[in-house]
Amino acid sequence: MQKTKNNRAWWLVLPVVLSVSFSAIIPLMTVVNYSVQDIFGPGQRVFVGNEWFIDTIRDTDLHAAFFRNLLFSFEVLLIEIPLGVLIALALPPKGWKASLCLVLIALPLLIPWNVVGTMWQIFGRADIGLGGYVINEVLGFDYNYTLDANDAWYTILVMDVWHWTPLVALLAYAGLRAIPDAYYQAARIDAASPWAVFRYIQLPKLRGVLLIALLLRFMDSFMIYTEPFVVTGGGPGNATTFLSIFLSKLAVGQFDLGPAAAFSLIYFLFIQFFCYIFFTIINNTGNGAGGSGDNRQGEAS
Amino acid sequence: MISQRSRWISRVLLILYFVLLMLPIYWMFNMSLKTNEEILSGLTLWPQNPTLANYQTIFTDPSWYSGYINSITYTVMNTVMSVVIALPAAYAFSRYSFMGDNHLFFWLLTNRMAPAAVFLLPFFQLYQNIGLYDTHLAVALAHMLFNVPLAVWILEGFMSGIPKEIDETAAIDGYSFPRFFFRVFIPLIRSGIGVTAFFCFMFSWVELLLARTLTSVNAKPIAATMTRTVSASGIDWGLLAAAGILTIIPGALVIYFVRNYIAKGFALGRV
Amino acid sequence: MAEIQLQGIAHSYEPNPQSDADYAVQPLDMTWEDGGAYALLGPSGCGKTSMLNIISGLITPTNGRILFDGADVTALPPERRNIAQVFQFPVLYDTMSVFDNLAFPLRNRGMAESDVKKRVAVVADQLELTADLKKRAAGLSADAKQKISLGRGLVRSDVAAILFDEPLTVIDPHMKWQLRSKLKQIHQEFQLTLIYVTHDQTEALTFADQVVVMHEGSVVQVGTPQALFEDPAHTFVGYFIGSPGMNLLPATITNGTILVDATAIPISSQLIQKVSGQALTVGIRPEFVGYRSSAEPNAVAVQVDRIEDLGNFKIVTASLGAQTLKAKVSEDQPVSMGAGWFVFPPDQTKLYQDNKAL
Repeated sequence: MQKTKNNRAWWLVLPVVLSVSFSAIIPLMTVVNYSVQDIFGPGQRVFVGNEWFIDTIRDTDLHAAFFRNLLFSFEVLLIEIPLGVLIALALPPKGWKASLCLVLIALPLLIPWNVVGTMWQIFGRADIGLGGYVINEVLGFDYNYTLDANDAWYTILVMDVWHWTPLVALLAYAGLRAIPDAYYQAARIDAASPWAVFRYIQLPKLRGVLLIALLLRFMDSFMIYTEPFVVTGGGPGNATTFLSIFLSKLAVGQFDLGPAAAFSLIYFLFIQFFCYIFFTIINNTGNGAGGSGDNRQGEAS
Repeated sequence: MISQRSRWISRVLLILYFVLLMLPIYWMFNMSLKTNEEILSGLTLWPQNPTLANYQTIFTDPSWYSGYINSITYTVMNTVMSVVIALPAAYAFSRYSFMGDNHLFFWLLTNRMAPAAVFLLPFFQLYQNIGLYDTHLAVALAHMLFNVPLAVWILEGFMSGIPKEIDETAAIDGYSFPRFFFRVFIPLIRSGIGVTAFFCFMFSWVELLLARTLTSVNAKPIAATMTRTVSASGIDWGLLAAAGILTIIPGALVIYFVRNYIAKGFALGRV
Repeated sequence: MAEIQLQGIAHSYEPNPQSDADYAVQPLDMTWEDGGAYALLGPSGCGKTSMLNIISGLITPTNGRILFDGADVTALPPERRNIAQVFQFPVLYDTMSVFDNLAFPLRNRGMAESDVKKRVAVVADQLELTADLKKRAAGLSADAKQKISLGRGLVRSDVAAILFDEPLTVIDPHMKWQLRSKLKQIHQEFQLTLIYVTHDQTEALTFADQVVVMHEGSVVQVGTPQALFEDPAHTFVGYFIGSPGMNLLPATITNGTILVDATAIPISSQLIQKVSGQALTVGIRPEFVGYRSSAEPNAVAVQVDRIEDLGNFKIVTASLGAQTLKAKVSEDQPVSMGAGWFVFPPDQTKLYQDNKAL
């Protein structure tokens, strides 16, 4: 729609700006402050310039955590996006069955993240958990997520898939429902196979929604903290020490405020940079070639 | 178009998925009805001697049930505050172009994506300094960091679906802006407000890190209480499981109430 | 090219239809002649899209049979029926080029690629799309996209009928005329059966040889635009066609005289003889109502309330008792407000009982 130019609109936006600034800018200033100082104790601090930044960038543990996160996010996306789309395709399009399915699917999303962690912590144990028991006793594999690095990694992965695939599925489902019937009707008349319908109609029309899903999941998985912390605490060793866990260990555990602050800034800036790309891509897809524009025409008169 | 066979396959796959989805939840539910002795003595698919003792403990022990009350309190506070201040802002973004509007919108969205770990310590010190440490308000305010941008984003999407002509007609009909906003506009975006409230509730309810950092005793959320149980020697599995199951209930209720808008809301009307 | 017969077709969207009101398409029999250009005209919700979808096979009718050239196709799905359908908005495969869009229905049916190329070239030429063949379909204008939708129907040489569901809805007004001419051209060249659904009477009357008017699920009249104008078989046809529509005045009969609000209206005695009830309506088109400034035998006294000058004619709105009616008079004729007289030529004055023409 055509928006009117009116700078007085700033009054309407002011409460939002103030509240978010309060939560965002003031703490950030503290972080910046800490990042350039070495703090020995209350009241004892020394300005060290960019020493922490250099140390942080050179920290091999940090590199390891960073690559762990990249690998994790990559695997997460590889599984969750196709799986979510598949589920969305399988869901009924309307009626009470659809409502029931949607409620069940949305359930994992509403569980506090530490409870998700607790659930899987229990489920994966060989003594009191169904999953751990079945894998060890029934299937015969040697599975222990507290001792084996690979087992821990895959447990976290499965937990994340369990937890967040519903988000992708719900987004894809909404995208599918937005496709006007006429496309399916035309496809029938054109004698298109179900695969052709998926490839030429559904997938292109889902492009925007999937992009949002992809970027949301990448960023959220990159910042993952609570669930792995509850299940493995970052272990065994460093196997599941992701960036956020690394950071909180630095800040709260070791109370190395300086390095923690420097790392926080780098972490934060990386996310912001990626967010900028996210926003730009979404905007350009919305304004660009026909894909999403046609959907709106489909709302029949 | 869809053959009977592929419909059957997708039905089977869907059921399989739902079973796997419910399994960990069921397992925790199963455990919540057992005593610790039974849990540790061997694996059973359903409780041999079902007991409600775990739930009883939670409902009678103030340190437990206050956790729930605290969590619900700050979540509701946050939802209300976020939606209320997001409404005028979303309206501004939807109807007006003003200096710096795109940059502002982008900046807001970046806060949705802020890693909580970065803000742990600063928040802790900030809220200590202003004397709000360990209050519900503190958590509600802190959660606004990511909920307000989300609320503005979603509401703006819904508002953009309402044509400007409605605003203009109301102005011609003599409505003052507040009267138009409350009596005409808000009813039109009812479902959008519902969806927004759902998401604000959801993200505030599930967030642990900030909630635990900013509270100690008075406003301690249930999530923190549960982790306390874990660190004590001799983990009380049954109690833990019961506490976990109880945290799912508010979420399930909220989903149930907005079930008709869930799919629509997830599309955010923006794509 | 085929003759399409509908026998006893009725359709309800309810699972267990109980009464007439549950049926979106009331029971009907109809034949669509081979090679005819038909318009299916009616207001929103009258059942015309349902009718179209029944013919194309997207809906299976609750009752009745459909025959294509005598063969029963009721159970056949759309892809086996040799029909093509163009929808209200352009329905394209966005990721494909124009060429691939046109080739799609042929490739799905296993046609050899060299034949596909030839056929697509022919159709693209007819629709003036040859220059755009390599372009991505998504980037073109709305009218080009609708041409591509049409092309996907034409590209199959065995297509029996092309069905249009309000295809010009999203087209800019100045392009509508071009597309309509193109459709007529196609019709003349290929002699295909075309069925064009619309709620716009101008579109229907200019496009079609035969117009099928639907109202509340029933076909109320089938005829040439001329016949629909001069001899509406149903009050709805009279009302819907013409601008302004036919004057419809509730009437009663007393002692063999038709009265509107206690004023006698001259009606041909042949019609009066057929009257068998009281739910009567007198219908006369404003074009045929004559205005007189002074009384005449058989003229009816009215009160002229409004005169609108619309260029080369005037619309005179007058009241006859509690009823309002209009007359269309030439721009030269002097009309004054207040008392006046309308003349109703008996051969143009229609009488309707229960909304059907006597």
